[in-house]
Amino acid sequence: MDALFTERATILAAFWMTLRLTAVSALGSLVLGTVLSGMRVSPLPVLRTASQVYVTVARNTPLTLVLLFTSLGVGANLGVEFSAQISVNNYWLAVLGLTAYTSAFVCEALRSGINTVPVGQAEAARAVGLGFGQTLGFVVLPQAFRAVIPPLGSILIALTKNTTVALVAGVAEASVRMREMIEIYGDQVIQIFLGFAAGFLVLCLPTGLLFGWLSRRLAVAR
Amino acid sequence: MSGHSNLYEVPGRRGVIRNRVLAAVITAAFAWLGYVVYARFDERDQWAAEKWQPLLRADVWTTFILPGLEGTLKAAGLGIVLAGAFGLVFATARMSDHAWIRVPAAAVVEFFRAVPLLLLIFCAFFGSFALTGTTMSPFAAVVLGLTLYNGSVIAETLRAGVNSLPKGQAEAARALGMPKGQMMVLVLMPQAIVAMMPAIISQFIVLLKDSALGFIVGYDELVDRGLNGIAANFSNVIPAALLVAAIFIAINTALDALARWLQQRISKGRKVTRGPARDTATPQPAPMDNALAKPL
Repeated sequence: MDALFTERATILAAFWMTLRLTAVSALGSLVLGTVLSGMRVSPLPVLRTASQVYVTVARNTPLTLVLLFTSLGVGANLGVEFSAQISVNNYWLAVLGLTAYTSAFVCEALRSGINTVPVGQAEAARAVGLGFGQTLGFVVLPQAFRAVIPPLGSILIALTKNTTVALVAGVAEASVRMREMIEIYGDQVIQIFLGFAAGFLVLCLPTGLLFGWLSRRLAVAR
Repeated sequence: MSGHSNLYEVPGRRGVIRNRVLAAVITAAFAWLGYVVYARFDERDQWAAEKWQPLLRADVWTTFILPGLEGTLKAAGLGIVLAGAFGLVFATARMSDHAWIRVPAAAVVEFFRAVPLLLLIFCAFFGSFALTGTTMSPFAAVVLGLTLYNGSVIAETLRAGVNSLPKGQAEAARALGMPKGQMMVLVLMPQAIVAMMPAIISQFIVLLKDSALGFIVGYDELVDRGLNGIAANFSNVIPAALLVAAIFIAINTALDALARWLQQRISKGRKVTRGPARDTATPQPAPMDNALAKPL
């Protein structure tokens, strides 16, 4: 256990980075995923097609490749720069990649949630004169969100674990630190691995419990 | 099928005009975005012919792409076989009547589902020398990680499948005097595998995508050959990455289509076999249980 104790500051910093990546990407994916699912059911064929193509591409590309693409393609070749400081820039590029990947899954979850809302809800909304945006935003999506809380929880847990891949975009989070520590403290591999695994359990277990509680509390009574 | 036509009225004359204007504006916005990307890449000569031509050369395919694809498919294929076996064993173990089998199996499955796959691969690859005295090959580390993680997920999927079967199946097996193991192997598992096949194939897609993590530990697969092989020789990162992504998307879309086709077949089969004999001349209502999985 010595290594975990001596390096506790580095480890905590690494998990703080994991947490920051997770939180910001989760917010971004929630927003982008909602927009994509709205596009997917919109009256305009061009928006439906765009959303469908985006989701197919993002879901079927390995995350490693998505993150390499954001750092090499978007960062180096499109010249998108979030900050002059390299570490901050890499962080935002990784957030961009994780958001681009995760929002496709959020969109798919929300789309199935929209399917669970009874037809009468949207019909009633239209009958009182609401347009597409109002029907979707005030009537259908609020109910769809409440129906898909469990899958959104699974997506958030997957995102937390996926932040480890951000090392290909040059972000020093948990996986980078674990690799370094295994190389330095070769005699304590198991302890180090279990320590980092425990860190992810600590992050993921409360998420699972919270979303289970939320889904029971917010379930739509029908 | 236009999907959610119930979310909006059929547009009238003004609505049609408004929709056309909106569609034109949005198309223009997408085109502008596409142009910006094109122009930025053009500034860095990413569209230069000498960066794209190598992708059409036979020797580039035989030296980089095909061997890379072989590496990806080898890791994913072995991973699929081993994860399937792992899933079968641990699903059965977790439903055992003996607590000394059930509890450790549950712990193993829950642990490997909660730990990020990359950490598993790192532990196997970088830690193997310190643990065993021999260095594990990147291939073995990747396959081990893929097996433990995806096997655990499949174990849970199969367990859910067995739990979703009608109770009468287990009761009938018991009534025939089958011991628990025989009931599992001959009656429950085969039905659970069929019922869960779409979910299992979706997990195999995840596994195939995750095999790209091998790139990080230097396993010789498609991303590695594309970005470290082709891009290093012709300095064409963007074309190479796009080609690799296109290959992954093609394989995964095919697997996804297979999963959907199976899903449809299974729900059709259910309609015929479930329940007492029916008058086949009258049309049956469509099954509702598939409403969520159905593509738009």
